[in-house]
Amino acid sequence: MTFLEKLMQVDRRWIYLAIGVAVIIPAIKSFNVPVSPSPEVKKVYDFVENIKPGEYLFVAMDYDPTSLAELNPMAEAILKHAFIRNEKVVIVTLAQFGPGMVEAITSRLATEFNKVRGVDYAFLGYRPYPAITILAMGVDFRSPFPVDYYGTPLDSLPVMRGIKNFYNVKGVIDLTSGNTADMWLTDGNGRYGFPLAIGITGVMAANYYQYLQSGQLFGIIPGIKGAAEYESLIKRPGEGMTQAAYQVVAHTVIILFIILSNVAYFATRKGRAKSGGAR
Amino acid sequence: MKREIPILIVGITGVILFLQYFIPTDWSMQLLGTSQDWVIVIGILALPLGIWSLVKANIMKLQVKGERFYAAVLLTGFLVMLIFGLPHRSSLEQGSTFMTLFNTILIPIQATIFSLLAFFVASAAYRAFRARSVLATILLLTAFLVMFRWLPLGFISTADNAIVAWILSVPNMAANRAIGMGIGLGGAAMAIKIILGIERTYMGHD
Amino acid sequence: MTTSQLLLNGIAVFLTFCIFSFLYKDNPFYKFAERLVAGVATGYWTVLLFHTNFRDKVWDTIVINHQFIYIIPALLGIAMWTRFSKNYSWISRYSIAFYIGISSGAGIPLIFYAGIFKQLQGTISTPLAFSWAGLNAFLIIVAVLAALVYFFFSAAHKGTMGTVSRIGIYVVMIGFGAGFGLTVMGRVALLVQRIIFLKGYAIALFGG
Repeated sequence: MTFLEKLMQVDRRWIYLAIGVAVIIPAIKSFNVPVSPSPEVKKVYDFVENIKPGEYLFVAMDYDPTSLAELNPMAEAILKHAFIRNEKVVIVTLAQFGPGMVEAITSRLATEFNKVRGVDYAFLGYRPYPAITILAMGVDFRSPFPVDYYGTPLDSLPVMRGIKNFYNVKGVIDLTSGNTADMWLTDGNGRYGFPLAIGITGVMAANYYQYLQSGQLFGIIPGIKGAAEYESLIKRPGEGMTQAAYQVVAHTVIILFIILSNVAYFATRKGRAKSGGAR
Repeated sequence: MKREIPILIVGITGVILFLQYFIPTDWSMQLLGTSQDWVIVIGILALPLGIWSLVKANIMKLQVKGERFYAAVLLTGFLVMLIFGLPHRSSLEQGSTFMTLFNTILIPIQATIFSLLAFFVASAAYRAFRARSVLATILLLTAFLVMFRWLPLGFISTADNAIVAWILSVPNMAANRAIGMGIGLGGAAMAIKIILGIERTYMGHD
Repeated sequence: MTTSQLLLNGIAVFLTFCIFSFLYKDNPFYKFAERLVAGVATGYWTVLLFHTNFRDKVWDTIVINHQFIYIIPALLGIAMWTRFSKNYSWISRYSIAFYIGISSGAGIPLIFYAGIFKQLQGTISTPLAFSWAGLNAFLIIVAVLAALVYFFFSAAHKGTMGTVSRIGIYVVMIGFGAGFGLTVMGRVALLVQRIIFLKGYAIALFGG
């Protein structure tokens, strides 16, 4: 067996080791990576930037700990942006393990930006059946959420006075790792017509550009790259930009893997054809 | 009684909610809100069914040698969360023992389980990502260009970013649009069949 | 970092390594962490449903606010529990029927509007012109039609249909390739987040 043939049949654990080492390198010696915002992320930034102080932004944080790596940095960046601009924020989560993370982020950022719960922002909580909940919220937030996450009636919250449903918010940003993006598009934007943007995981990112082109979405924040771009736009580096260096090394290794395996594949193809093998 | 009434309920509620879309008056919106609210209430009371199934299955596993320890671990985790969470609503706020358990156990394990996928995707890229045919080459090249965006290589990166932006917004967009429209047509057809009583698999068997 | 935080993070680090150990092979540490998270997650969800959903939406609505009409959906919800009985499981069909009917009826016009009409509109809304945007608009129409033809199985993919569907599969492959490239980014991000967490703990423990 030649070296190239051996290379093609390398134990998967060597590949795991290589990836493991690749992501440890930037942890030991980090470096800066330039981040240039893409138009789809810039549109989300511009939208939040153009909301006047005191006006409402609705943020849905529909993700679980499984995807916090990509979506927590987005959530932090957007909430920081809205808090800096003194916008009122209404938050909801339609993911079953979402509330714990939302509560942690909102309470931490509220302290950092001197915001008061119930006055500057509201966290409505969690409901199962996202499509149904979105449709019900479009009629009245108080219908699915008579009280907020902490058990306070919505009518008792100063931030919720005078706001009834999606017609009273300037727009909705959904940060999601699942099919709630489709529900916000179909049952939310499709039913009530509010401006909608989504922040999604890298895995999902390619699947939503058709909605951007059709105008059903005004922006997309795709994965950790999108989060890093948003952080660069608000000039507050966070985990998104920290991850960039790691991404560069990991991507380099994976690209090298692909090149190496293809070189080995083509170099050994002749031999395989001769011996009648077809791998 | 066992099958006809459910079909009737599906038909009547389905037609009413379908027509509601075309009559956006105050009372009709109220009807929409109330109906959705009712479904949420049904769901809240139905969801513990899944929880009970999991608990019951693991109680049974306590009798099985080899599974006993792991079933006990699962049930202990479940019970500990109930003990620290059920008595007070404030347990849902940061700082409580309940949330500490959430932050210390649930977040790291769930996040790490999914992080394993990074290793698997790298392995898949190495083992299966080969230019065996024209189609495989197209797929490989596109993925290559998208991944290449991360490398800070000056003007090459700038050009690559522009190409990827075009790929995402033209051919990729078109492919996903066709797939999405297919899914949409399929979903709508299924919903119509359900309302008309043609599709009845949701009822299970007698 | 206080001692208690250090200890708690130490547990999180231990559990993180328990899961990583699966990369070598399946083992008792991985199984332990996997079952533990299943139990904790179920417990968390139960508590969450109880406090913020059952109490707020069912108990308080009926018992405190006396909105007795909500007894009907509550009974329908409880009826779902008859699925455990061989003789009475048919009762749960009433609840399922209510849910399916409402979601299907409300969904049909929305699926058509958001999933089909708006998408068709997007495909043909940009005017064709001798410009970059015009060229892209033309390519979008061709690519969408070709991809649709590829997924249309009611006619044989021969002749013109075959040629168009061939273009369609090329378009679809570009879509899948883009998806794979972005998936790599997403998956790596999940791993990097864990590495950053471990790095933070190591710094807290040994100093940076």
